[in-house]
Amino acid sequence: MSELAWIDAALTSARPQAVGALLRYFRDLDMAEEAFQNACLRALKSWPQNGPPRDPAAWLILVGRNTGIDETRRRAKHTALPDEDQISDLGDAEDEAAERLDGSHYRDDILRLLFICCHPDLPPTQQIALALRVVSGLSVRQIARAFLVGEAAMEQRITRAKARVAKANVAFEAPGAVERAERLSAVAAMIYLIFNEGYSAGAGAADDARGALCDEAIRLARLLLRLFQAEPEIMGLAALMLLQHARTPARFDAEGQVILLEDQDRSLWQGKLIAEGLALLDKAIRHRRRGPYQIQAAIAALHARAARPEDTDWAEIDRLYAALETLQPSPVVTFNRAVAVAKVAGPEAALAMIEPLVERLSGYFHFHGLRGGLLMQLDRGREARQAFDQAIALANTPAEAAHIRQHLDRLIRTGNG
Amino acid sequence: MLYAILCYDREDVIAGWTQQQEDETMARLGAVQEKLTKQGKLGPVARLLPTTSATTLRKGAETMVIDGPFAETKEQLLGFYVVDVESLDEAVGISRDLAIANNLAVGCYEIRPLSVFRPGSLPA
Repeated sequence: MSELAWIDAALTSARPQAVGALLRYFRDLDMAEEAFQNACLRALKSWPQNGPPRDPAAWLILVGRNTGIDETRRRAKHTALPDEDQISDLGDAEDEAAERLDGSHYRDDILRLLFICCHPDLPPTQQIALALRVVSGLSVRQIARAFLVGEAAMEQRITRAKARVAKANVAFEAPGAVERAERLSAVAAMIYLIFNEGYSAGAGAADDARGALCDEAIRLARLLLRLFQAEPEIMGLAALMLLQHARTPARFDAEGQVILLEDQDRSLWQGKLIAEGLALLDKAIRHRRRGPYQIQAAIAALHARAARPEDTDWAEIDRLYAALETLQPSPVVTFNRAVAVAKVAGPEAALAMIEPLVERLSGYFHFHGLRGGLLMQLDRGREARQAFDQAIALANTPAEAAHIRQHLDRLIRTGNG
Repeated sequence: MLYAILCYDREDVIAGWTQQQEDETMARLGAVQEKLTKQGKLGPVARLLPTTSATTLRKGAETMVIDGPFAETKEQLLGFYVVDVESLDEAVGISRDLAIANNLAVGCYEIRPLSVFRPGSLPA
């Protein structure tokens, strides 16, 4: 790894802590970002000469703070900036001073920074864009590419989001236990949004930028886990994303078509991510405080543990979805449970389970896809074809439409349509 | 003389490697390991999963299980075990037995899942 790549990686990983601390200090997101940028520029000059500091985040916080203060003074009094050398050889003593100042706060700093991005006033897409810009440090261009919009439009979206959170008056004192727990759960939900944005991307070069959001979400979850080590739901969230992301290499064929879980080449699943996911889930379960992320991770784990599709423990998946239904009732959860029910109790039972959902899920592609599939298994070809037609009309990607098209073709071939 | 070589690094930085960086690094390390294996000098090699997957068991009259890695710097790494178990509970149980057997000490056992394990070819 070249020196520059190392510095780049160190700056990226120090970013949440440094920007979080600078935000607490300046109480202004733009000022904090600018101070961090300046500190990074100085790091690029100083670190290759003097070697990397023992604690890059502490270095960046101290230098960022100094440059920010200088900037304020310069604007006020037009005094000159101090000599570059004065800060470029920051010694251990200053390192420790910075650590003393900020070490006790850094958990809440990072949490606040993440929490500001998922302010309830912001629509989900703005939350994600803001977090990717401010916390992850992705460029506006990278984010624009991930959301398939122009750079100027994304720039405007982020500026608007910043203006809105600036008015929101997020507290800068250390939060109490209840407030901290609320922030943590809002942040977890936002990280999962980022992941899903990436996970719903298709295959191919155009989708790579979106796919990278999965890696970013996992990085943020690991960060959160290091800060809050005893939270089973954060372990569950990280496990869930790791287990799902492990399947990525097997999810699309060479033409970019979706390959269903049942048909995936399981040898392509990434064993290392699965091992980490299973280990985290194991840790979470020891707490005996179950929650939605842990249950979803447990479902993903049952798929990951099945060497062949026919080894899948569908009865246990059914039970886990039932548990999820009581914790977090939603038509989508019931819908997913029906997939397991179809395997355990047959298509008729599954169909009975999803029919009552028709009103609430009538705009949901997968609903009509599954319904069509169940009807097809029950030899109700005409109704199946209607359901598939509705699914195609609602498909979000060409790959989804193509998949349903295959079913329709089969129906027509067998003369059941 | 047997030596253990312990690997320390910034895990948040390493987790940010691209697959290509990861593969290239592992290939370079693999070449070094292969040379040592041919010389009959290489014992077990292990790569650990991230510290976020760690659990720590504090020794003492009442052992205590804590989430997260062992982080105190005033204690030093003195040795390690590799065990093959069904679950984290079983690993915690074994650590507890060890803690009871080693009741003169006050440190802890960090329980970390392995991502890579090669048994090596050294005689006992």
